[in-house]
Amino acid sequence: MRRFAGWLLSAPATLAVIGILVVPVAVVLAATLTDPRGPWAPYAAFFNSGFRTTVLVRTLQISAITTVISLVFGFVAAYAVSRAPRRLRSLLIVAAVFPLLTGVVVRAFAWLVILGRNGILNGALVAAGVTDEPFALLYTQGAVIVGMVYLFVPLMILTLVGVLENIPEDLLQASASLGATPTATFWQVLMPMAVPGLIVGAVLVFTGSFTAYATPQLLGGERQTVLATLLQQRAMVSFDWVGASTIAAIMVAITISVVLVMSRTARRLNPVAAS
Amino acid sequence: MTPRLNPAVVAVAVLVYLFLVGPLVIILGASLSDTTYLTFPPQGLSLRWFENIFEISAFRRTIVTSFQVAFLATMLALVIGVPAAYALSRYRVQLPPWLGTLFVLPIIVPEIVFGFALLKSVAAGAGAPIFVALLAGHTVLVLPYVVRVIGASLSSFDFSIEEAAVSLGSPPMKTFFTIVLPNVRAGVIAAFILAFITSLNDVSVSLFLTGPGISTLPIQILAHVEQFFDPTVASVSVLLMVLTVGFMAIVERTLGLTFLAK
Repeated sequence: MRRFAGWLLSAPATLAVIGILVVPVAVVLAATLTDPRGPWAPYAAFFNSGFRTTVLVRTLQISAITTVISLVFGFVAAYAVSRAPRRLRSLLIVAAVFPLLTGVVVRAFAWLVILGRNGILNGALVAAGVTDEPFALLYTQGAVIVGMVYLFVPLMILTLVGVLENIPEDLLQASASLGATPTATFWQVLMPMAVPGLIVGAVLVFTGSFTAYATPQLLGGERQTVLATLLQQRAMVSFDWVGASTIAAIMVAITISVVLVMSRTARRLNPVAAS
Repeated sequence: MTPRLNPAVVAVAVLVYLFLVGPLVIILGASLSDTTYLTFPPQGLSLRWFENIFEISAFRRTIVTSFQVAFLATMLALVIGVPAAYALSRYRVQLPPWLGTLFVLPIIVPEIVFGFALLKSVAAGAGAPIFVALLAGHTVLVLPYVVRVIGASLSSFDFSIEEAAVSLGSPPMKTFFTIVLPNVRAGVIAAFILAFITSLNDVSVSLFLTGPGISTLPIQILAHVEQFFDPTVASVSVLLMVLTVGFMAIVERTLGLTFLAK
């Protein structure tokens, strides 16, 4: 009995994940390979469609740009937070947790208010005499990227604060007192120790923005269709189940490859931290 | 001792935080505006858009559904997740390493793919009513948070206390509820709140499991925003933010918010 206690206790949760997540997702993935037109036909259809490949490239591009911007600004902010006095540091961490716990719809909606045709930004620009006609800021790639960065910078900050806090200030001061320039200290002391955290943050942001739905839907609309919004359209508007399944399979494949490749890179760069 | 930071670093950090907080302040301002369109700073102060939420039946209905689903899914996830987290820390040697990975799958698999897969299996004749499918999806969606947070609490629990109780004749179930569970109470509260918020805010899974008869609040917000540009949604957002602040205060009192940053 005791030998199976672990199995018995974890059985309900295990069966729930397998029955509700693993099997349905496996069925979706399998459906793309058992198409009557031939095993790879749905993928051929996807990659032969100029529109769908454009959507794929656009999604990758938005995710990549979001990741880079979040990395740069998240790193600088996290560094300042990790070096802030204790009370201020707690406050700044709370200020990053709060948006993270506020829903994605609310956070995308905020940018709708700011970037809209009669939004705050256009109102300010017209009032300042910069322009007579409001700019079309919404439904552009830039709007989607701003919304995505807004979504993921808090996650990046929280991931990096944990890593940067563990890098002792003494080490940076030792480097400086031994004659290293700030640039050298940054690249040769701080960065190598921060890289595993940067990789974790980058994976979280990239996979998160690659599969986000609400933000591109609200801020990008049909003009900035991404894989997630295309999947929803194929499934709920066109009832093209095979097409939707193919998009789902491509999203899973890319997400899992990114996670695997990056976690392997993280382990190679820092065997101690990753173990 | 606090090191001196480069002023440029401080300046960028301040801008990043303004970028984070600013839009939320704008929503708050817009929700109080007396105008029929969204504007900031608010013109005239009024709570009419807060009243308007409850005058729209779709908002009333979806708020109830969202809270029902979030509460039930969280409770179900706790019922199955707490034993699983316990098994993972107590019987680690018995269990294969992939089991831990299985419980993070709902975070790794893109949510939108999960939602679509659920819709497909419901449509394929599983015959489940849409509410059951929605609840099942949300339960699995929040399960990783439960397993992880409870697991983290259990990792600092000294299992020899439990063994002492058992060797003194306490039955296993009683031992669990009187010895183990009270020791990880803070973890259970934090897990409940994280799971509840995750379910309440979910878009990608609910998107496929809502129809004319049943919908959740975030889906209703998306639908409303596409038709109207009035401050109602700003008011709903403010209510959700107030709820989040309340939840954060509870977590702060139990585990400390820095716990969430780990």
